[in-house]
Amino acid sequence: MFFDSDLLMSALRALTPILLAALGGAICERAGVFNIGLEGMMLMGCFTAVATSWFTGSPWLGVLAAALASAAYSLILAVGAVTLRGDAVVLGIALNLLAVGLTSFLLRTVFGVQGTFDDPSLAGLPLVGGFSPLAYLAWAAVGVAALMLSRHVWGLRLRGVGEAPDAAATLGVSPVRYQYGAVLVSGVLCGLAGAQLALGNVTLFSENMTAGRGWIAVVAVMLGRALPLGVLLAALLFGLAEAAGFRLQGLGLPQQATDAAPYVVTLGALFLTTARRRRRPPPGSPSTPPSAPSSMSPSTGAVS
Amino acid sequence: MEQTTRTSPVAHLTKALRSPVAFSVLAGVVIGALFLVGTGADPVAAYGAVLSGSLGADGIGSTLTTLTSVLGLALALAVPLRAGLINLGGDGQMVLGGMAAAVTGLYSPLPAPLTVVLALLAGMATGAGYAALAALCENRFGVPLLVSSLLLSYPAASFASYLARYPLKEPGSSLPQTRQLPDGVALPAFGSSTVTAGLLLVVVAAAAYWFTDRHTAVGYEMRMTGLNSRFAAYAGVERKGLTLRLMAVSGALAGLVGAIGVLSFPYRFLDGSLTASGYTWTGLTAALLAGAAPVGTVLASFFFAVLQVGGLSMERTTEVPRELTQVLQAIVIVFLAARLRFPRLRRKRSDKPVDDPVPQGSQSPQGSPDAQGSQDTQGELV
Repeated sequence: MFFDSDLLMSALRALTPILLAALGGAICERAGVFNIGLEGMMLMGCFTAVATSWFTGSPWLGVLAAALASAAYSLILAVGAVTLRGDAVVLGIALNLLAVGLTSFLLRTVFGVQGTFDDPSLAGLPLVGGFSPLAYLAWAAVGVAALMLSRHVWGLRLRGVGEAPDAAATLGVSPVRYQYGAVLVSGVLCGLAGAQLALGNVTLFSENMTAGRGWIAVVAVMLGRALPLGVLLAALLFGLAEAAGFRLQGLGLPQQATDAAPYVVTLGALFLTTARRRRRPPPGSPSTPPSAPSSMSPSTGAVS
Repeated sequence: MEQTTRTSPVAHLTKALRSPVAFSVLAGVVIGALFLVGTGADPVAAYGAVLSGSLGADGIGSTLTTLTSVLGLALALAVPLRAGLINLGGDGQMVLGGMAAAVTGLYSPLPAPLTVVLALLAGMATGAGYAALAALCENRFGVPLLVSSLLLSYPAASFASYLARYPLKEPGSSLPQTRQLPDGVALPAFGSSTVTAGLLLVVVAAAAYWFTDRHTAVGYEMRMTGLNSRFAAYAGVERKGLTLRLMAVSGALAGLVGAIGVLSFPYRFLDGSLTASGYTWTGLTAALLAGAAPVGTVLASFFFAVLQVGGLSMERTTEVPRELTQVLQAIVIVFLAARLRFPRLRRKRSDKPVDDPVPQGSQSPQGSPDAQGSQDTQGELV
């Protein structure tokens, strides 16, 4: 039996980091900040989590430190893109590059090793019912984010800021404050994603260990049209692809084929959704995915 | 610092120093020095080691070899960037180009010199085709180029890795590599150095890019699209065709770098060796720093090649990890990105364009497609 509960379980485990990062990306997207630096923020989270867990012996302090460090790191994007009105795409790429360099640099100066830091006494996160506690947190975060964006006044104002910053400002809602908030929240979520990757899925840090997951998260934001539930489905798709890849590897398929599977599946899903969307009346340019779908309250009422 | 080496009138000099590029490079160097102090090293000695290690007699050959790859990929990314498009798939295009060159080199029945030419062409064609695929994804399916090019890169690398590990693996070797190319199927090297004719090819490509940018209608279309894509569309530039062509050229250049890598030492496709140094990202950094201007791209590539090679000698003399140079590169771009803007990449930010503190007039979003003006701004490195 190829599709069984084991496959689903490993898919759910694989999707946690993507989901956390993609939720952060979706919130930024809703506030009108394109965050392509998810990969770098995650990687900073990975390193901080491992380093803190190692020095304090507590994986929980590692998780906390990862969230704080990634939030601080995300401030670079907030200052550059929101305050200085710089190019968010180039900034995001630079943040990803900086994280690779910085974590490799710190790996060598702090631990004196190159490549991978892996120690049996490094404390990882405990498993509760087969999942790390951060996995439950990620699922809860989907619900919280969905409710916030559709019901709570903060979420509505956030969407207002993303869709019509001038109108929001006229109504007394500070776009800058909400955009900073969104970027910082994405930093916290990416930090948790990094902690999950480095202390939950495995217990080690290796150079560039995010390996494109942050980019997959960016795609998940597009696929899910920056809706929390949509993002969850997109992340599930990725998790299934990764889990199915491992399963196929067990059946004798070369590792290279299974390595490529998640990216191919993601790209394929992107084709299908954008192609289908195109047949409807154009919702704006394809690179600006989220115009609020009709199922949610219209944005005009959002800011009031 | 690189910027001020060519002396020119004082006014030009101060303008260059005030430019975002000079500011960013300076900021990178200063923050790098803080890092050095933080790790207990002497910044002056460390930077001295970078310069002497990369430009001294022992290092210059290595710097020029690195420059071949960095400049090739910087050009590959600069060509679409000039029109406001970012190709993030350089790794995949380069690796496929290298693999195509290796297969051609191994199996071509032609005499060695012709095989070399054929292998270079095969590498370029493969890279071009794969990059064009990313352009098609944007044109036909509306998947943003940034994302499609990057996502396509991973399966390409996996595929080449598979070929090098299974069907084309050198029998009896423990390394994931193809057989060595036959005798003579290699780019001629300068003396006993590792610098090959590949450097000449890349320099010729840079010159061709400079000529196209300066003197041809296509170059004008590219710049105009980069400055203001809506104006360019209004003026009759066909966006989809331009995207496809620019991506094909971009992929061809990335494929060329891959082919050069295979046709130089160790004369075979070794899995991971083309991508291990992260030349794609260094090239992208260089192209961004130069605003994709031709001469600036060459200078920025040289600057980063010096950093990369010099980082190794810094590591030897001061025990500061060479990864510091990677940090430095990224810091330069962080500072630059906060002050630079490419209109095509901006998203719904047109609310207050006039108040934006744009350092030079021609970079404003309205950017009149004044060819000379953009040359001045974007070529600020010169």
